[in-house]
Amino acid sequence: MSAILPPAERLWWKHPLDRVEGTWIVIALVWCLIMFAMMVGWHIWGKQNLSTETYKTTPDLFMQKTQAVVDKYTVRTETADKIPVVAPPPGSDVYLIARLWSFWPIIELEKGKTYRLHLTSLDYNHGFSLQPANINIQVVPGYEHVVTVTPNQSGTYSVVCNEYCGIGHHQMVGRMYVK
Amino acid sequence: MTTATTYRTCPRSGLQFEAQAEKLMIANAFIAVVFLLIGGILAIGVVLTRWPAVHWLEADTFYQVLTAHGIDMLIFWIIFFEVAVLYFCSSTLLRCRIATPRWAWAAFVLMLVGAIMNNVAVFQGGSSVMMTSYVPMMAAPSFYLGLILFAVGALIACFVFLGTLVIAKREKTYQGSVPLVTFGAITACIIAVFTITSGAIILIPTFLMSVGLISNVDPLVYRTIWWAFGHSSQQINVAAHISIWYAVAAIAFGAKPMSERVSRGAFLLYILFLQLASAHHLLADPGVSTAWKVVNTSYFMYFAVLASMIHGLTIPGAIEVAQREKGYTKGLFEWLRKAPWGNPVFSGVFISLIGFGFLGGISGVMMGTEQLNMIIHNTIYVPGHFHATVVVGTTLSFMALTYFLIPVLFKREMINPGLAKLQPYLFGLSMYFFCLVMMGAGTLGVSRRHWDMAFQGAALAYEWPGAAYLMMGLVGIAGVAAIVGGALYIYITVGSLLWGKRLDQGRQSAQTTPVPPTPVGKVVQTYGSAGFAAPGTFVLAMVFLVAFVLYYFINWKYLSQVWGLS
Repeated sequence: MSAILPPAERLWWKHPLDRVEGTWIVIALVWCLIMFAMMVGWHIWGKQNLSTETYKTTPDLFMQKTQAVVDKYTVRTETADKIPVVAPPPGSDVYLIARLWSFWPIIELEKGKTYRLHLTSLDYNHGFSLQPANINIQVVPGYEHVVTVTPNQSGTYSVVCNEYCGIGHHQMVGRMYVK
Repeated sequence: MTTATTYRTCPRSGLQFEAQAEKLMIANAFIAVVFLLIGGILAIGVVLTRWPAVHWLEADTFYQVLTAHGIDMLIFWIIFFEVAVLYFCSSTLLRCRIATPRWAWAAFVLMLVGAIMNNVAVFQGGSSVMMTSYVPMMAAPSFYLGLILFAVGALIACFVFLGTLVIAKREKTYQGSVPLVTFGAITACIIAVFTITSGAIILIPTFLMSVGLISNVDPLVYRTIWWAFGHSSQQINVAAHISIWYAVAAIAFGAKPMSERVSRGAFLLYILFLQLASAHHLLADPGVSTAWKVVNTSYFMYFAVLASMIHGLTIPGAIEVAQREKGYTKGLFEWLRKAPWGNPVFSGVFISLIGFGFLGGISGVMMGTEQLNMIIHNTIYVPGHFHATVVVGTTLSFMALTYFLIPVLFKREMINPGLAKLQPYLFGLSMYFFCLVMMGAGTLGVSRRHWDMAFQGAALAYEWPGAAYLMMGLVGIAGVAAIVGGALYIYITVGSLLWGKRLDQGRQSAQTTPVPPTPVGKVVQTYGSAGFAAPGTFVLAMVFLVAFVLYYFINWKYLSQVWGLS
């Protein structure tokens, strides 16, 4: 008579469905399919989908590409470490390095314009957590992830590392400006 | 082959325990509680450091303590207890001897040695790599070796369980199909075999890398396979604690599954689809295709979510039917009002079930939705979610089951039953609040696994909004309350084993008494109203659905306001 005993009817799979269960299964199934459709549909109609464009890379190669953009588009430097602030033209490729324990360089973008943001890590896994917008992307060493971003609000943004990367993890914060 | 053994019939429950299996269950459950104690002590360090006003430990100690807390709780406490549950669901419920008891003891020793080795590695320092230990960040070789030994032990235990099922079948100790709870345990075991194998596939090369025999393990491949272990191990828990919910419904109410076909079908959906969900840890990763993410993270069109929603209805539904049979038929909810709320076995399971569904289940689907994951990934929302699933869901269910096992398996009278009555409420409800405020802080973006939200010493520090600080303060307060609740559990269980009055162990015999054929009961449809056997449960389920739908679309609304991404 209970769940800890073998079922009473040997042919339990022929036992009719109760109406409560039947109704709930149908409702739950419909909801599951709606959620699935929503995820697929957002790729068609939604404006926030994470790109999957990825290349294998190495620290040297990525550093070179970043340096080239920094040399070309630096508008000023900030902080005691003279971190370059890079303002590339809309539509161009922007590079952001994550490493122990900083993001480099600072990037300045224009509101409503689209950029191709290249992300990688030179050492461990890091997290790209854009605040206060709250966009979070994993940054994996050896892989160059190209994300197309379109800032929709101007202001000062922080890039917080939110993947644990060792003792200096809490000091790993970068910056982005949107004009 | 028959081994000399004895069978004891518990006078309090009527359950029959085989001598070897009983010793194994006691040993595994006891060590589980020891690891819960260690993990609980470590939780104090985690909570008091993340509480911004307290900010107790230094960074290096914090990360060390957090690593050990995660592994001791998520792996050692839970899996030791699950091994005891597997033996219970096979040897005890099917009334047969346990297969190869020597192998079962070998499994126990391997697991124990592995767990100790891993803990020692973490506490020696140099292995503060978090439970996930993502390469190329490396821990000491003994960190991985400990996990591998533990995994091998757990795998052996799974096969002992499967062997015991074979013995029961061959020696005809039961008739027909195995009980539903055993069926659920089989589900857990199948998932466990997959999980542990995945763990071995990725941890063995990582171990070889740590001793210098392999030069490189790809970070993305590591993440992909590690999560087939890391997340799937949580799926073992789901299958195990849902089995316990069914067991407790049966024990506390004599509840019969509303329909064996539906409940077993739902477990079958778990076997088929639950594993896919480990993909949701990679939703914010590079290099994985959209189609792969969408199909896997949704457990192939949410079929495993469907299964959980079914269990979420059928378990309270079965209780409702049983209660209505006893005459509690007034209105929609008399059956629930008149439930034994003072019995910690029941209250623990019920608090666990509601919290698992409303907090853990709904938030899990949010995080597992490909696009919504971007506003959640690696924020403290994630630990908020999994404390709702693993602590409210699994741990609290195990605690509730322990209150049943103290007199039945450990043969002791519970000390301080008044405190035991209170414990599930204190622990469960403070954990509810803990999870809620953690998810609140996560929605504001606060990072998980982070020592200092004030970014001490960072040149470009970010200032979190005041609400985030408030939420994290509340996390601290709720966390301390939950730790007190956990300490009560340890005090009651360990205290009962040490000082509880010894109880009569019951009749012993050299032969097993097979499970008698189950009498055919009344058809459930006799009760309830409007053709609904469990109308109250159905109303509760609809409340759940409304909460689910609203929260789901609120998150989409939130997502639609962030930067465009493509």
